[in-house]
Amino acid sequence: MKRSRMGLSALALISVSALALSGCATSNDEEATSAGDASAVVSTNGSEPQNPLIPTNTTETGGGKIATSIFAGLVSYNADGEIENEVAKSIESDDATNWTVTLEEGWTFTNDEPVTASSFVDAWNYGALFSNAQSASYFFDDIVGFDYEVDSELTGLKVVDDTTFTVELASPEADWPLRLGYTAFMPLPSAAYDDMAAFGENPIGNGPYMLDGEGAWVHEEKISLVTNPGYEGVRKPVNGGLEIKFYSTQDAAYADVQGGNLDVLDAVPDSAFETYEAEFGERSVNQAAAIFQGFNMPYYLEHWSGEEGKLRRAAISMSINREEITDVIFQGTRTPATDFTSPVIDGYSDQLEGAEVLEYNPEEAVKLWAKADAIAPFGDSTFDIAYNSDGGHQAWVDAVINSVVNTLGISATGKPYPTFAAALEDRSNDALTGGTRAGWQGDYPSMYNFLAPLYQTGAGSNYEDYSSEEFDGLLKEGAAAETVEDATAKYQAAQEVLLKDLPSIPLWYSNVNGVWADTVSDVVFGWDSVPLYYQITKG
Amino acid sequence: MLWYTGRRVLQMIPVFFGATFLIYFMVFSLPGDPIAALYGDRPPAPGVIEQIRAQYNLDKPLLQQYLIYIGNFFQGDLGTTYSGRPVSDVMAGAFPITFRLAMLALVFEAFAGILVGLVAGLRKGKWFDASALVVSLLLISVPTFVLGFLFRLIFGVQLGWFRTTVSSEAPWGELILPALVLASVSFAYIVRLTRASVADNLNADFVRTATAKGLSRRRVVTVHVLRNSLVPVVTFLGVDLGSLMVGAIITEGIFNINGVGGTVYKAIVLGESTTVVSFIAVMVVIFVLANLLVDLLYAALDPRIRYAK
Repeated sequence: MKRSRMGLSALALISVSALALSGCATSNDEEATSAGDASAVVSTNGSEPQNPLIPTNTTETGGGKIATSIFAGLVSYNADGEIENEVAKSIESDDATNWTVTLEEGWTFTNDEPVTASSFVDAWNYGALFSNAQSASYFFDDIVGFDYEVDSELTGLKVVDDTTFTVELASPEADWPLRLGYTAFMPLPSAAYDDMAAFGENPIGNGPYMLDGEGAWVHEEKISLVTNPGYEGVRKPVNGGLEIKFYSTQDAAYADVQGGNLDVLDAVPDSAFETYEAEFGERSVNQAAAIFQGFNMPYYLEHWSGEEGKLRRAAISMSINREEITDVIFQGTRTPATDFTSPVIDGYSDQLEGAEVLEYNPEEAVKLWAKADAIAPFGDSTFDIAYNSDGGHQAWVDAVINSVVNTLGISATGKPYPTFAAALEDRSNDALTGGTRAGWQGDYPSMYNFLAPLYQTGAGSNYEDYSSEEFDGLLKEGAAAETVEDATAKYQAAQEVLLKDLPSIPLWYSNVNGVWADTVSDVVFGWDSVPLYYQITKG
Repeated sequence: MLWYTGRRVLQMIPVFFGATFLIYFMVFSLPGDPIAALYGDRPPAPGVIEQIRAQYNLDKPLLQQYLIYIGNFFQGDLGTTYSGRPVSDVMAGAFPITFRLAMLALVFEAFAGILVGLVAGLRKGKWFDASALVVSLLLISVPTFVLGFLFRLIFGVQLGWFRTTVSSEAPWGELILPALVLASVSFAYIVRLTRASVADNLNADFVRTATAKGLSRRRVVTVHVLRNSLVPVVTFLGVDLGSLMVGAIITEGIFNINGVGGTVYKAIVLGESTTVVSFIAVMVVIFVLANLLVDLLYAALDPRIRYAK
């Protein structure tokens, strides 16, 4: 609640300063506000969206960066992952359960249909409906009326008038507004419902950009976006549009930046880790991103549950030299983990109680392993980590295994699966023989999003069946907390439980590594590893 | 000859069914649930996965899936990809560009390869021959991706003569560099095949006879030596057309060409049987037709060859 009001005041401040600018700006404000050519099209890398561009069915990054460019939700995220109001005028609640959303007037879709409360309520109902089988349906599961098994209306959503609607949540959630910038929560024009598949090919949005006419999306090749002249939100573009080119390899995209065929690249290939900073200098970025990586040890394995399991998990964790692996294998493009979230998330901490278990400490690791052996000897068992070999994981898995072998002197190995599907199958069937690679990229900048889906009892991505009453309790208290500060404290306490249990052994946070050509400037990367396209100036 | 051609075309029918079923079976047997894997580390609600599995008939047994697919195939419906695009659209995007690339590569390797091979064969043991052998050996032993990266770096990034990747409009000029890379290995083989064949034929009786008849050297070389030497080369080219169409995956990846190889690779990784099988079916037809063409060309090149009734 507090956060949303802050967002509102920030917006007020922006509009005040905008007024001031336009007030005194008849002479030379064009140079002052934006250098560069306001009609120049910025080209950048992307990948073919997995599904037609329906916001509630867009949960991967390829479609995500397009959807967030052509739609504007109630709020959007700035570079630091803080929310700023877009269509929302205010999002308020007294009890964190019943929310009242008031919309700013004057927003329209690019087909001139006004954006009203129904644009949101109908879109959310569409996304949540069981038979629509939308990949983001679970984002609505905390709204009253949601059902995973049968078609059910979100009765917790009520349209009051054109610019107001209310939301009733199943349980209190103080940071609920934080997620509203995620693609799943975008509004849809009424034209969409006639033929959703056709709409997904040529979506009509209300965002800073819009499709450059019919057929702007050339499948497997590119999508061309132009600025939406009717957009007046906080993400007003200073360039003329975006050309998002789809690449099958990051390597080809990197060569295109080198060869002057691409302006901005948000993913430097491994092969250039050593050289890209020297080559691009100021025009490159290496900053932490909302991506957590680690590996999980299932609880159904002998030796890895109970008191013995706790000791072994801690011993393994302390036997890994994260600093060295991130430096040598990843050339500093990863940051060693100190918690279960990410440095770009509010509430991230490297001071959690028990975090020393994430530091390299071979003596202590050997001691803990011996203690576990006293409970039940590990014997000739082999420790392994499963990974999909089509994802570039081999190098680090081998490095982690080496670290473990060198420290503990046990038999250990990497266990490659040919594809992600094959690895996932053994993971979801509880058929692993050891650890498994695990990664998480935040959907929206909140600690809750890094914890609940992965470690809560019965949660969707909790494949290894971790279950802790203490953790679940703290998570619930955090969600229900009155203020964001209280919530953060609870979430940190919940992570301290995780540090004791180590359902997942945190390794590092993936950085975003980007480069851009000298044709563009003002390239800033957001919390979600995607450049803030609207700020980029060209020419 | 007509009878022969007809029989060969009829032979395609069992090949078609056999190949498509085999491929369908193999994709079906890939480990893991392709739909669950689509969503990476963030699974959707379980009901969503079930509904989508049903939508793609993945909840049915193998034979039923295959029969549904073949039934639709003969009604002109090749199914859809997991992203909901008709497979026929995907084909219309991938085949033309790969075909153009393959043709360019084929023209390059045929002309340059036969020319270099002919000269090397005629001057056996001289410096041209020796250097042709060394260069061809080099091209055969260097993996395509090394050559591809190297060419892209030198001619694309450093010299800037060519675009580093092929744009979506893909004019012929942008395809030259990838075609050179794609043709390189086959070019080397053709040089060696032609050279050996030409060197052999130079000592053949019919060549001595032709020379003895007082024909000009030029006529002896082009009509008698070269024409007879082309039989093994044409065989090779026929098979190569097939592999250029389907095997350009590395080159396509390096130059970001959205062609057949990459599409099939992606579809295999995704376990998208409709796409894989449809593409393979077309490839099978291409392979069979290319081989038929080669067999028919034999008669044109070597008058001694006749077709059995």
